[in-house]
Amino acid sequence: MALPDQDSATPRGEPWVWFSSLGLIVGLVMVLGLLGLVLMNGLSVFWAPPVPVVRLDDGTSLIGQLAQRRIRPGSPASAPRYERQYQVGLRELNGHSYVWVDESRVRAEEFPADILGLERMENGPAFVRPVRLTRADGRVVEAADPAFAEALAAEVAAGAGVRERLTEINRGRIGEVNAAMEQTRVDLRRAEDQKTPTEAIRRAMTALEARYATLGSEANQIKATGETSKLLAREAGGREVVVPMAQVVREWFPNRLGFADRLGLFFRRLGEFIFGEPREANTEGGLMPAIFGTLVMTVFMSLLVTPFGVIAAIYLREYAQQGSLLRIVRISVNNLAGVPSIVFGVFGLGFFVYVLGGSIDQLFFSDQLKYNNNTPVFGTGGLLWCSLTLALMTLPVVIVATEEALAAVPRGMREASLATGASKWQTIREILLPASAPGILTGVILAMARGAGEVAPLMLVGVVKLAPTLPLDGTAPFLHLDRKFMHLGFHVYDLGFQSPDSDAARPMVFATTLLLIVLVVCLNLGAITIRNRLRARYKTASF
Amino acid sequence: MITMNPPTPSRIQVRPGNPNEGRQDYISIRDFGFWYGDKKALDAISVAIPERQVVAFIGPSGCGKSTLLRNLNRMNDLIDGIRHEGEITINGRSIYDPGLEVISLRRRVGMVFQKSNPFPKSIFENVVYALRVVGVKDRALLEEACETSLRKAALWDEVKDRLEDSALGLSGGQMQRLCIARAIANRPEILLMDEPCSALDPIATGKIEELIHELKAQFTIVIVTHSMQQAARVSDRTAFFYLGKLIEYDKTEKVFMNPSQAQTEAYISGRFG
Ligand SMILES: Nc1ncnc2c1ncn2[C@@H]1O[C@H](COP(=O)(O)OP(=O)(O)OP(=O)(O)O)[C@@H](O)[C@H]1O
Ligand SMILES: [Mg+2]
Repeated sequence: MALPDQDSATPRGEPWVWFSSLGLIVGLVMVLGLLGLVLMNGLSVFWAPPVPVVRLDDGTSLIGQLAQRRIRPGSPASAPRYERQYQVGLRELNGHSYVWVDESRVRAEEFPADILGLERMENGPAFVRPVRLTRADGRVVEAADPAFAEALAAEVAAGAGVRERLTEINRGRIGEVNAAMEQTRVDLRRAEDQKTPTEAIRRAMTALEARYATLGSEANQIKATGETSKLLAREAGGREVVVPMAQVVREWFPNRLGFADRLGLFFRRLGEFIFGEPREANTEGGLMPAIFGTLVMTVFMSLLVTPFGVIAAIYLREYAQQGSLLRIVRISVNNLAGVPSIVFGVFGLGFFVYVLGGSIDQLFFSDQLKYNNNTPVFGTGGLLWCSLTLALMTLPVVIVATEEALAAVPRGMREASLATGASKWQTIREILLPASAPGILTGVILAMARGAGEVAPLMLVGVVKLAPTLPLDGTAPFLHLDRKFMHLGFHVYDLGFQSPDSDAARPMVFATTLLLIVLVVCLNLGAITIRNRLRARYKTASF
Repeated sequence: MITMNPPTPSRIQVRPGNPNEGRQDYISIRDFGFWYGDKKALDAISVAIPERQVVAFIGPSGCGKSTLLRNLNRMNDLIDGIRHEGEITINGRSIYDPGLEVISLRRRVGMVFQKSNPFPKSIFENVVYALRVVGVKDRALLEEACETSLRKAALWDEVKDRLEDSALGLSGGQMQRLCIARAIANRPEILLMDEPCSALDPIATGKIEELIHELKAQFTIVIVTHSMQQAARVSDRTAFFYLGKLIEYDKTEKVFMNPSQAQTEAYISGRFG
């Protein structure tokens, strides 16, 4: 007997397998494409390629590092015309540090070995041909001298030392004196107000002012010694530039480096990017404060949201009377997860900062308010309010995850515990919570991932472009909940859209994005590792 | 020692060889009916269980044995929409007495479940869990209780070297014996066992039956079983249920040798349904 004709594809459902795998592929390609783009653009910032002298058709020339090459907008697709962007640096001379050049205008590119790249504290990088170096002790080294490179490196190192001593005085000691003066001023105003003797305070103030003055002159002296060391150089057009060596962060001869040298330079720059302080309106230098701020805020937020969420979920799942009211509560909680984050920011500003922070200031810092020109302590954005706002925003994620995890604990375990005479709370603490810990952690991971990448609400409740201090440091009480801090997500926004020199900021946007992604991935990996450990502990054996 | 259950005078007066000494209606179930929502699972059950005796509940699957057993320590309270009528008293006191805390009831009435349900903790912590929840902290006492319970449950020799390992790494039968050890660790007065041997091999089953014989000197035991032989071997009395009704309840020899109901005879001789 013949079987009826069959569509050979249908029984195994192969078209559907293909179709669904297509969905996965599209998703993967998009994610990998995004990561690849960010990775390429982000890492290329730190690479030092050879730098040419470019001779143009009108007889002029320029020295610059090739930044990008693209099809000229408006040129026909059949015969595309390219243009190149060179980073020439020397913003103080040119007013900009990038130039676009039509490729047809390029007559020749040469790579002379004496081209020098400089990274500076101010005015961005510079690509020049050195002429002579005046050292700190007055000796002069000509560029042709074989000892020139070595002398230059020594001066750069000396310059770094000078800058270090200056920051130590400015940030450290003058900072302390400033804080003490601030406090003394408050004391003085209070004493005047309460008609108590002010002589001692005035004397302390005078002493502090004297100390301030000595420190100031000390700093000026150090600055002056640093300024004697100078480099005379020529740009492509032949104009002379004088670069004070105290301003130079790094020097390299891009056309003399071997591959290993370039790699070394790459990692040194990457290291500075991760561990250094920002310069030049954040378009250069490192991101340590932002990384640190993001990390501290995210961890603190997780510490806030986890207990709140878990306790709320325990009540919802274990204690509350299951009924229509509870269903409404549950739906509301779930909908909270869909509220746009900026709404949380507005709420955080209106409630946490103004109401809560304002009341805290009234209650505990009224002195400060009265005698210090109404400067708020907690009544302004800060780490605490940022963490609380994000904790509120991510609360539904943790609640839902915890509820699911509690519900997934086998009923037998719950019954076994109750049957031995354990109370409900003992059962929750001893059996349910440990068994649902992996599920709860999944919720925390999701919350952390969402919290670490959030920017909009933070802009309202305490993230700033540049914070003078870190939220966690060596001075008591170590974790400064009232301080404003820097954040990688905000940094990306700030660089990308608020930067005066968008060409200089563009590569940094990618590098910062890359760093943000890496940071979130690291945080998640950490949490996932913990979860897997827990899971292994509660894995049921086979029968 | 654990002094949760102060020995009653009657307990001290036990004379070996006279197991029937003690209260005849130690657990008394009177006209008990039970509903899961609209579904009636038990109908007008009346059973009197004597102190320090073993009573077996038998009957076809779904007839309500577990339901009745789980009512004796009010385990069914966890289920939504349940309702009961009639009365259950233990030693004269109603278990539904509002003045009686469910927790203290459950400490006096231990239970071994039909499906083994060890906690995701170490073997040691599983056994001493009932002592931990009443606040026993003395390590020596806990260790002693752990060893005695595990020995009684015929598990000691297999696990004595791995007490700190997870209980979830045990075999199915070992898990069930662990649950028995856990249930007797705090020396309840009554032990409810819901098919305790369904996952065990004949040797372990034998040991559990021995244990039941031993425990009878101190505890009152109610056991649900599907094995006629087991019911005949371990129990003093047997109750036969069918479709939520109690068909026959009498001395075990009587039920097995000379049942008064035709349904009982049909069931125990295997000519049923
Ligand atoms: N949680 C529950 N909700 C609703 N009905 C239930 C529930 N538990 C048991 N029942 C019903 O009550 C009746 C008695 O169930 P019970 O578990 O007491 O049977 P049993 O005699 O123990 O059977 P078995 O020998 O298979 O374990 C069955 O019809 C069952 O479907
Ligand atoms: Mg059953």
